[in-house]
Amino acid sequence: MLATSMRRNHCGSMWIITEHEYPKFVKIVEVGPRDGLQNEKEIVPTGVKIQLIDMLSATGLSVVEATSFVSSKWVPQMADHTQVLQGIQRAPLTQYPVLTPNMQGFQDAVAAGATEVAVFGSASETFSRQNINCSIDESMLRFQEVINAAKERQIPVRGYVSCALGCPHEGRIEPSKVAEVAKRLYEMGCYEISLGDTIGVGTPGSMFKMLQMVKKDVPIDALAVHCHDTYGQALPNILTALQMGVSVVDSAVAGLGGCPYAPGSTGNVSTEDVLYMLHGMGIQTNVDLNKVIEAGDFICNALGRRTNSKVGQAKSGTL
Amino acid sequence: MAAAMRLVNKKIFTPGMGQHYLAFTTAAQVYSAGIKASQALPETVKIVEVGPRDGLQNEKVVVPTEAKINLINMLSESGLTVIEATSFVSPKWVPQMGDQVEVMKGIKKKPGVSYPVLTPNLRGFQAAVKAGASEVAIFGAASELFSKKNINCSVEESLQRFDEVMKAAKEAAVPVRGYVSCVVGCPYEGKVAPEKVAHVAKRLYSMGCYEISLGDTIGVGTPGSMTEMLEAVSREVPVSALAVHCHDTYGQALANILVALQMGISVVDSSVAGLGGCPYAQGASGNVATEDVVYMLHGLGIKTATCITTRRDGQVTKMSCRAQRRT
Repeated sequence: MLATSMRRNHCGSMWIITEHEYPKFVKIVEVGPRDGLQNEKEIVPTGVKIQLIDMLSATGLSVVEATSFVSSKWVPQMADHTQVLQGIQRAPLTQYPVLTPNMQGFQDAVAAGATEVAVFGSASETFSRQNINCSIDESMLRFQEVINAAKERQIPVRGYVSCALGCPHEGRIEPSKVAEVAKRLYEMGCYEISLGDTIGVGTPGSMFKMLQMVKKDVPIDALAVHCHDTYGQALPNILTALQMGVSVVDSAVAGLGGCPYAPGSTGNVSTEDVLYMLHGMGIQTNVDLNKVIEAGDFICNALGRRTNSKVGQAKSGTL
Repeated sequence: MAAAMRLVNKKIFTPGMGQHYLAFTTAAQVYSAGIKASQALPETVKIVEVGPRDGLQNEKVVVPTEAKINLINMLSESGLTVIEATSFVSPKWVPQMGDQVEVMKGIKKKPGVSYPVLTPNLRGFQAAVKAGASEVAIFGAASELFSKKNINCSVEESLQRFDEVMKAAKEAAVPVRGYVSCVVGCPYEGKVAPEKVAHVAKRLYSMGCYEISLGDTIGVGTPGSMTEMLEAVSREVPVSALAVHCHDTYGQALANILVALQMGISVVDSSVAGLGGCPYAQGASGNVATEDVVYMLHGLGIKTATCITTRRDGQVTKMSCRAQRRT
């Protein structure tokens, strides 16, 4: 049973009283090949991307976000989307969702063999306009088209809500707005809603408040968290989400992908560090941490840079 | 505020865990069903800043005395109420702290701020008091092997040495803080039993230490092992006298600190700019960064008495990193 309540004390600081059980199992959604590589300066050759995805498939991950069918004009790093999707060796129990921002992207994705897609909404109007050149409402209309087409083909659709804990343009984002967008995506037909702390400004405090609001409108087992580690807060934020009943966590091997809004900062939380925490808590993931580290080593060599994962960094020193 | 904790199903760790770091996070053979916690977060958290000592002690570059003094003075202005200044260990063992007396005498002590120093034995204590120290700290270990390798004696022998320091400190009315290292894992022994940690913590507390800082020396702890350990220790030592000293070697520090707060702990050790790598894993990170801890605490609405503004924070970080000759 989950019983969560919050009240403010007379000084205004937040007291959280929680009674929680951690999930027995957490599904990791590996976003390194897409969200990670999309935000790396180096454009990685198609062969390397395919090898990375194949290595990740061998770790036991049940979801590996493979690529993005966005126009290569906007995201050159993902220009080889068709070759990647057609080149990977799909593990039988693994899904390979791809981003499809609109009908064109969806059709290209299906033609390339996609069996799961994702759409990307935002809780911030300004971010929506700056990022995908339209308002939130307009983006929802586009996504409805995609979701309808996907339904006809029985292709599941995952929904993302970016800026769930803060926006680089607007600053603070109201939890009610996040809930509104999440609810819309869920009611349109997304099977899962991933709530993204796009600029990593969230803390357990804001994560708690946001999830408390969103789970009124979307069932907790349809929610995922996508935390960025820009301010080092990703793991405590994920822990808070787990305490509130979330059991799906997005992460990127080797913490691939910097933060485009804060040069030099880290971005995605590392899959290795998330697994270390979950396994240490006795939570099952069916993912082999050693093999993820190997995949991380591989891609970091290819990129010519150090892993962002603390576990990866410690491993090379070996305690 | 006592936490109500119940660990449902014990983990079974794989045999021969030894030194393999991954053994600390191996998926349990028997599922650990989950942890129930019912706890309010503290209103205020005291940060114990260990950068100038624990941080710089573990940096390769030996920082000039002047730079150390400047760092401590800057930290004094940030609102921190405890800044661990230096260590009265023989410079033969810790050359980075060779200028202990000059540092102690050179800093501008701010009223209301405490500047504890490490004193491993009576000799160190006497030298510290002579140099003007008004608070000291002693360092025990929960692991026998670590104690032998680190300070060349058994845990029991170290506690006897500390007894001498405690007696002298009581006479001089100098408060003593106790540290327990390897509270979750040891680079030599592997997993450390929570009962052992509780035993050492209790001894230090009974000897007269006003606060016991529980150190995850190699950063292998997770919210799972952290909770187990704190549950055992808080049965022997009041939670209000406990602190956590988490290392971020595996990126777990903030998550571990969060569960500690949820169990009623309200004192957190951290190091400005995350100074101090891990001597047991080259290239790995070490101390958790004060900036990241304060960011989390303020985001939770918890007061810390530090006013870490971006500018001030940036200044301190830049200055300490310049002293290290790195960005």
